Amino acid sequence: MKNKLMEVSDVGRFFRDGMTIMFGGFMGTGTPPTLVKALEESGAKDLTIIGNDTAFADTGIGPLVTNGQVKKVIASHIGTNRSTGQRMIEGLTEVELVPQGTLVERIRCGGAGLGGFLTPTGVGTVVAEGKQVIEIDGREYLLELPLRADVALVNAAVADTAGNLRYRLSSRNFNPIIALAADIVLAEAGEIVEVGALAPDDVMTPAALVDGLIKGAA
Amino acid sequence: MSPKELIARRVARLLNDGDVVNLGIGLPTMVANFLPEGVDITLQSENGFLGIGPITEQDVDLVNAGGQPCGVVTGAAMFDSAFSFALIRGGHVDACVLGGLQVCQNGNLANWMVPGKMVPGMGGAMDLVVGSKKVVVAMEHCAKDGSSKVLKECTLPLTAVNCVSVLVTELALFEFVNGAMVLKELAPGVDLATVQERTEADFQVAFDLKTMEFDSAELKEAAQ
Repeated sequence: MKNKLMEVSDVGRFFRDGMTIMFGGFMGTGTPPTLVKALEESGAKDLTIIGNDTAFADTGIGPLVTNGQVKKVIASHIGTNRSTGQRMIEGLTEVELVPQGTLVERIRCGGAGLGGFLTPTGVGTVVAEGKQVIEIDGREYLLELPLRADVALVNAAVADTAGNLRYRLSSRNFNPIIALAADIVLAEAGEIVEVGALAPDDVMTPAALVDGLIKGAA
Repeated sequence: MSPKELIARRVARLLNDGDVVNLGIGLPTMVANFLPEGVDITLQSENGFLGIGPITEQDVDLVNAGGQPCGVVTGAAMFDSAFSFALIRGGHVDACVLGGLQVCQNGNLANWMVPGKMVPGMGGAMDLVVGSKKVVVAMEHCAKDGSSKVLKECTLPLTAVNCVSVLVTELALFEFVNGAMVLKELAPGVDLATVQERTEADFQVAFDLKTMEFDSAELKEAAQ
């Protein structure tokens, strides 16, 4: 199988101004720190970032928002990173808040070739504004549309050199979902093993989805 | 017993043995400390697992839905966020307990933003209150300025409409039945007039209105 392992210094070439980037992680847990650092150092700006939350000012995806590389955030929660709220109030960064279950399902649709889905979440709230309401068997649902990105930044615990991934504990969260929903999927793993060392049944994201792999901190 | 502890203790007695439960951050988290003997529940964490447990050893890959280090019980199960919210929206969570900023008489809940002041995002709250079989709001009856949080109509942006099953405050327990808000219990030492005075919402009084029951061992423990 093709070896996807690359040096961190090779990663910068994937990033451009104005790109849409998805990242795994929940309050920073399961966000690939080395890949985020590489994106930060690439200097790419006017980014749209899509992920559960903007973590804290100095963890996860946080620094990218704090230092002004982000034009738009699509997330379910920004409360723990004050700079996101501050930049939103100052009109420097646009924020689209999406209920967490709706956000992950929109990404899943984007990766699964679906044109959208119907959810009861958000009916009768500000989330419903501008959205089509469809009634099924007497219950109202919102039509929610898919999300895709140019690049996904995935964090795994173990990867083989071909890019088969296994996650650990609560750091799985959005990672396997975003791995389906971007044109280029970059993964970081704390431990890299030879192909065959991960049993087929233990692979959570198949290598076929991964374009580049780097070794991160264990 | 502090108001918050009273609320948490009463909510704990609403949960049944074997329930899958999601507890929100803050007061709702306290509920796990007060489960009656013989009630064994499984706690769901919306960031991707069933079986939150006490923290034994800090692990960078294991946090609760507040992003804080936590532990897991023996027999816990991990999954991704899409599966986690399939559990939530799909009705596989028996009860969720969460805090509230306002609850109104038709069971609407507002608990995620105060325009111009607090806009943290809804996180998983909107999905939880729509999908959980039982939605328990645990909150103090009045705001710091003394105004009632139990209203005819919520003035803050809603989390969901007609979603609340039970509201527990330090004064009373209300159930929402077929669109009506019904006062079922009074907290120990609280009379109906006090609840009426501190509640803006119109509510019915259950014909079998009673006082919240806490067993004597529990009250003794709380007094210490």
